[in-house]
Amino acid sequence: MVTIKELAEKPELFTSGHRACAGCGPAVALRLIMKALRGPTIVTNATGCMEVVSTIYPYTSWKIPWVHTAFETAAANASGIEAALKALKRKNRLKHEHVDVIALAGDGGTYDIGIQALSGAAERGHDFLYVLYDNEAYMNTGIQRSGGTPYGASTTTSPAGTVIPGKVQYKKPIAEIMVAHEIPYVATASIGYWQDMVTKVQKGLAAEGPAFLHVFAPCPRGWRYDTSKTIEIARLAVETCIFPLWENVNGEYILSPQSKGVALKPERKKPVTEYLKMQRRFAHLFNPKFQQMLGEIQEDIDKRWNKLLKKCNVTITKV
Amino acid sequence: MSQQLKGWKDVSIAGVCWKPATDYHTGDWRTFKPSRDSEKCTKCLLCHMICPDAAIKWNKEAQDIEFDYDFCKGCGICANECPVKAIVMVQEGGE
Amino acid sequence: MATVQQKTLPLNGDEAVAYAAKQSDVDVVAAYPITPQTIIVEKFSEYVNNGEVDTEFVCVESEHSAIAACLTAALTGARTFTATASAGLALMHEMVYVTAGCRAPVVMAVTNRALSAPINIHCDHSDAMAERDSGWIQIWAENSQEAYDSVIQAFRIAEHPDLLTPVMVNLDGFFLSHTLENVKVSRDDDVKKFVGTRKFPSVIDAEGKRVPFKLDPDNPLTMGPLDLPDYYFEHKRQQEEAIRFAPKIIKEVHDEYARLTGRRYGNGFVDAYRLEDAEIATVCLGSAAGTTKTVVDQLRAKGIRAGVLRIRTLRPLPVEDIVKNFGNMKAIAVMDRSNSVGGHGGPLFHEIRHVLYDTQAHPNVVNYIYGLGGRDMPQSIILQIYKDLQEIATAGKVKKVVQFAGVRE
Repeated sequence: MVTIKELAEKPELFTSGHRACAGCGPAVALRLIMKALRGPTIVTNATGCMEVVSTIYPYTSWKIPWVHTAFETAAANASGIEAALKALKRKNRLKHEHVDVIALAGDGGTYDIGIQALSGAAERGHDFLYVLYDNEAYMNTGIQRSGGTPYGASTTTSPAGTVIPGKVQYKKPIAEIMVAHEIPYVATASIGYWQDMVTKVQKGLAAEGPAFLHVFAPCPRGWRYDTSKTIEIARLAVETCIFPLWENVNGEYILSPQSKGVALKPERKKPVTEYLKMQRRFAHLFNPKFQQMLGEIQEDIDKRWNKLLKKCNVTITKV
Repeated sequence: MSQQLKGWKDVSIAGVCWKPATDYHTGDWRTFKPSRDSEKCTKCLLCHMICPDAAIKWNKEAQDIEFDYDFCKGCGICANECPVKAIVMVQEGGE
Repeated sequence: MATVQQKTLPLNGDEAVAYAAKQSDVDVVAAYPITPQTIIVEKFSEYVNNGEVDTEFVCVESEHSAIAACLTAALTGARTFTATASAGLALMHEMVYVTAGCRAPVVMAVTNRALSAPINIHCDHSDAMAERDSGWIQIWAENSQEAYDSVIQAFRIAEHPDLLTPVMVNLDGFFLSHTLENVKVSRDDDVKKFVGTRKFPSVIDAEGKRVPFKLDPDNPLTMGPLDLPDYYFEHKRQQEEAIRFAPKIIKEVHDEYARLTGRRYGNGFVDAYRLEDAEIATVCLGSAAGTTKTVVDQLRAKGIRAGVLRIRTLRPLPVEDIVKNFGNMKAIAVMDRSNSVGGHGGPLFHEIRHVLYDTQAHPNVVNYIYGLGGRDMPQSIILQIYKDLQEIATAGKVKKVVQFAGVRE
């Protein structure tokens, strides 16, 4: 097992000088992914915050081969790169024994416009790791709602108005959708727990076939909280069970240690309001007019949490 | 940043990037900067792992943590997360 | 006349294209089926599954992903090929531009088919016409033989390190794709030798080093960045410069191929048929040229000085060849198998007319929109067009600039 000192001494493959906002969650996610690489790697990135901030021509933050083509093509790109590597290897034109392929996309490029390519690549069984950095809206174009935006959140296309209070649809269960594709490895991770995340990236790379990692990455600008709270909010999402940490390995659900800790000691489970009150995108929910939504959110989270526990074969005594 | 920009004949085809991002110092973005109490610091390196800008480095020779103020944007995550509260955010230009 | 062995196979246009791709040592094919290209992908999958070709065949879930996968495979260093038509090409539209902008040498066969709506699976040129501005080289085949030859040449053209521009080979849907022809093919190893292996130009990386232009962990490159207004214009100017260099490469490849196989297509850019002393002529793309040549022969037998110019490379537009062939022309009819709705004529008409605008002779150029949605273009209609041209030549003026030929009024 590699020590934190060894990780710290690794050269940065996603360097300083990128133009992400101060306190950017996805930027932390990218750094952690780069810490987890095991050998030669090619990254393909969908259009979005991370792609834009890291490659404003002629500058680049990337010290490994990197390509961007369009918004919906992260998984299609990965398919093409993986196919090329396979062909080149077979024809003895590839120097390396193995090259890992990582597709990086935000919730925009995954839940919505990119889901077709992702589903196709998963069905075809390409050997690659798809990492979704989820900041729960189309942040790069100005905080518009996506399929990953949670219920009640205010975005610029689902604003908290006087009549309709933010997004009225629930967050698409993207990781479950990927589990339904029956791929070897699916997992959720949060930048609030860097060790767990690094381990999962490594497992995803090692998996033979498609692997999907759903990373929770808060955005101070879009969620409207102080830039210093990014990691704290990423942790709170796990502690409130809004974003539980789990893996699905060849069809079997495994609850990750941090969420398991909450499951086994239910008093650790924090009420969702602790998480919601920290972000001004949910501020309107504390208005008496829409307050019943807080109860709806708690109910929905609890329902999903209990379903997950069943799948993971973890029983708790109900509080 | 005013310098003569290259013409179409002088740049590689296909928009391949030719400047490292580290040439672009984002340090002048910040209003507050992190100040570390090296006595309190246990060198746990958590701050290094979670800095969005890789602005906290581990200096192997010095065996110590180093802040890279060329790039630190002053977000305050390190100060917020430090388990021993060894980092405080001070106003840029102040003490 | 051929210096390498040829044998004749009964192939339709799709089969000929698939055969050419098979022989060209393609590394990756990512494709999605669409009529009338389906036989290309079906045939190719047979080759793959029978071990006749060493290619990664990716059955993608849409054309958009097909070209995205081919693009990134090409950037990773592979030789890539795909095929599509009509709505499939339209779905690729965004990525067609991206492929050219990323300078990925993808070769794509397009079995030209009408764009919807209403949905029509038959031949017209509206699909490829919509991609004229994209930066791709466009070759238009008159028959399946030319489609076979052009696909092989396309790999050499696209991959040339000083060109690195993707190539589209067009063949008329159903008229060529689904009709049987005696196609002369070369031997596998002769074709493989002709297309060779990819050579990569060098580019400057972020550390100032000269490295090969491909995605390689040994020499990391960042491709497909964000351009702000300070650099986008320069990158586009580079593409224009590359395609201006293309004629040199297209001619070299065409002539070398002709020495090997004995087959030429005009000068590689235009196929001028009986134009040396012609007074009236038509211009067209694709298979209609074949029918037109028959009509021209009939007219010539009657002493009428008619001719036809078939454009082989629409991009880069062969300006000099067009001007040269129409020096003494009294009347020219451009036949368009697609329309630019509300644009005062079809796309080919626009291109030819504007090229001839600057000439001294300034001939009368008129337009006939024909054959949309697979409507047959019989000799009788072409004959009528030449009669109209004779009238224009005699009267010295034009009655109607744009007409529709073959539509029921």
